[in-house]
Amino acid sequence: MDGTGDAAGDVTGGMEGDMTEDVAGDMASDRGFGETGRAHTGRGGTGRGGTGRAGTGGGGKALIEVDGVRKVFEVRRRTGLMRREKREVRAVDGISFTVPRGEMVGYIGPNGAGKSTTIKMLTGILTPSAGRLRIAGIDPARQRTRLAHRIGVVFGQRTTLWWDLPLKDSYGLMRRMYRIPEDRFRRNLRRCVDELDLGDLLDVPVRQLSLGQRMRGDIAAALLHDPDVLYLDEPTIGLDVVSKVKVRRFLRELNAELGTTVLLTTHDLQDIEQLCERVMVIDHGRLMYDGPLAGLHSVGESERTLVVDLEREHPPIELPGTRTVKVEGPRQWLAFPATASAAPLVAEVARRYPLVDLSVREPDIEDVIARMYAGR
Amino acid sequence: MRLHVPLWCAVAAGGFRRYATYTTATAAGVFTNTVFGFVIAYTYIALWEERPGLGGYDQAQALTFVWVSQALLATSGLMGGGFHEELQQRVRTGDIAVDLYRPADLQLWWLFTDLGRAAFQLLGRGVVPLAVGALAFELALPGDPVRWLLFLLSVLLGAVVSFAIRYLLGLAAFWLLDGSGVNLIATVVAIFFSGMLLPLSVFPGAFGEFVRLLPWAAMLQVPLDVLMGTQGAGGAGLVRALGFQLAWALTLLGLGRLAQSAATRKVVVQGG
Repeated sequence: MDGTGDAAGDVTGGMEGDMTEDVAGDMASDRGFGETGRAHTGRGGTGRGGTGRAGTGGGGKALIEVDGVRKVFEVRRRTGLMRREKREVRAVDGISFTVPRGEMVGYIGPNGAGKSTTIKMLTGILTPSAGRLRIAGIDPARQRTRLAHRIGVVFGQRTTLWWDLPLKDSYGLMRRMYRIPEDRFRRNLRRCVDELDLGDLLDVPVRQLSLGQRMRGDIAAALLHDPDVLYLDEPTIGLDVVSKVKVRRFLRELNAELGTTVLLTTHDLQDIEQLCERVMVIDHGRLMYDGPLAGLHSVGESERTLVVDLEREHPPIELPGTRTVKVEGPRQWLAFPATASAAPLVAEVARRYPLVDLSVREPDIEDVIARMYAGR
Repeated sequence: MRLHVPLWCAVAAGGFRRYATYTTATAAGVFTNTVFGFVIAYTYIALWEERPGLGGYDQAQALTFVWVSQALLATSGLMGGGFHEELQQRVRTGDIAVDLYRPADLQLWWLFTDLGRAAFQLLGRGVVPLAVGALAFELALPGDPVRWLLFLLSVLLGAVVSFAIRYLLGLAAFWLLDGSGVNLIATVVAIFFSGMLLPLSVFPGAFGEFVRLLPWAAMLQVPLDVLMGTQGAGGAGLVRALGFQLAWALTLLGLGRLAQSAATRKVVVQGG
């Protein structure tokens, strides 16, 4: 499945016999590839429809390949005073997907569904019990160090930054650890500092940063070596609204300008809506859904809610295709299918009732997923 | 595996600056070491007046032992305060995952942060207590700069041995849920077998021979003998002393590597 970019890089690397040169050359050639690949997937993405399983066909070359991957943990449990029971836990139970270069994919599911286990296998920290994994042709568990130069990882709840030292010290360390050429390092750092608003924070010890500042600092740290893939595990968890907006805007631009492939896990539906063309839902270690966000709504038969404020109290509104879920004084809540347009409904309400104000509420991702499971 | 010098210099420099930021802690440490220096110094004076020449040291040498041990206490991480509690905590909380996906070797990473720390504490917590001790008592410090350089080399080797032992303690967290038990045992063992409590040369017979062969001897007893020239006659004695330290350093680092690969295999297979 290796593309030409990879192959070329490997050949050069082989001739020069130097790991760093290999990686640098590799990345440089991939960068060019990434941009063309990106335009490609963009088109492929719109034509994909609700079928999911993108990238397996002609939608650009697959950067991440996951094929029948399982991860089984053995858990020992005390069942009596002396007896212990061995139990197998299937954290990931036969997952397959591919992600083409330049795509942004949301990876969602309830706690304990297997999201983090998948990410850990994709970074090479965990070896799969079965199945095949490749990132840019690299087997993560076997070539972890080589892979490390191609990926960036941000765990929302953990930090890679040097706790007691100023932020810029951690970046200096990254430069040496990833052997980033000086000019590239300076360019990337300037870009991150500008767009993530880190200018005033560079001299501040990391322990003094707020959560949002630290998160932006961590995202920058993960990008200085120009990774092809960025894994984000809950990148907006615990952030205030302003910080969330900054982080999302930055990720969007990163993806658009550099074609960086992004895989993110989140509990925040807005992260997915604003960033991802594609969403994968996992539960009990299995992939439940893989496709565009809109399709998720139709699969889950989710509903949007129209909140209307009338001039005065009124008996429950009755309109075809809706159901009134709540009445509270002059305010009423109307549920309607998420796939339907709100416009004709709004027009109808306005025509028949003394409408003062209204708003539309999007379905909650947890809700959508819960319905999806209930429907099975 | 090729050593990536600029990276490891940066890591050590980071370790140094990390400890340098906590000036209050450093000042408190200097104060404690100095006070303890006086307490132990008077205990030793009492002891050496009863038994002159105990362990082959005269009183000035015994007092040198006291003050240099206080100066090296933090550097050699004899009473904890190093990195291994942090490593244990990272294992427990799962933060170790962040360390594992980086393209840097875990053992070397911690070795160089710890050497940076040791270097800071040699300067920050070593110089003042030793100077106070030298002003208050008559010490047997050498005037020959070569001796001092050899002493520093011996301190470095001792710090590596100390690191290697504590790295094993840190990795123990992969198997134990809580490291505080082993840490406590390790501290007690280190205080006694390094010579912190009494110089190891004091212990007679087979027991004395035995304790002087253990790795903890490399952390305090050997550097002090190198400094005072009591390591055994001439160049051969010096080579033997430093060779002893080097042998333990390499052995324990090797054990650390084995434990590390077992630990990562455990993580990789069983998850965190």
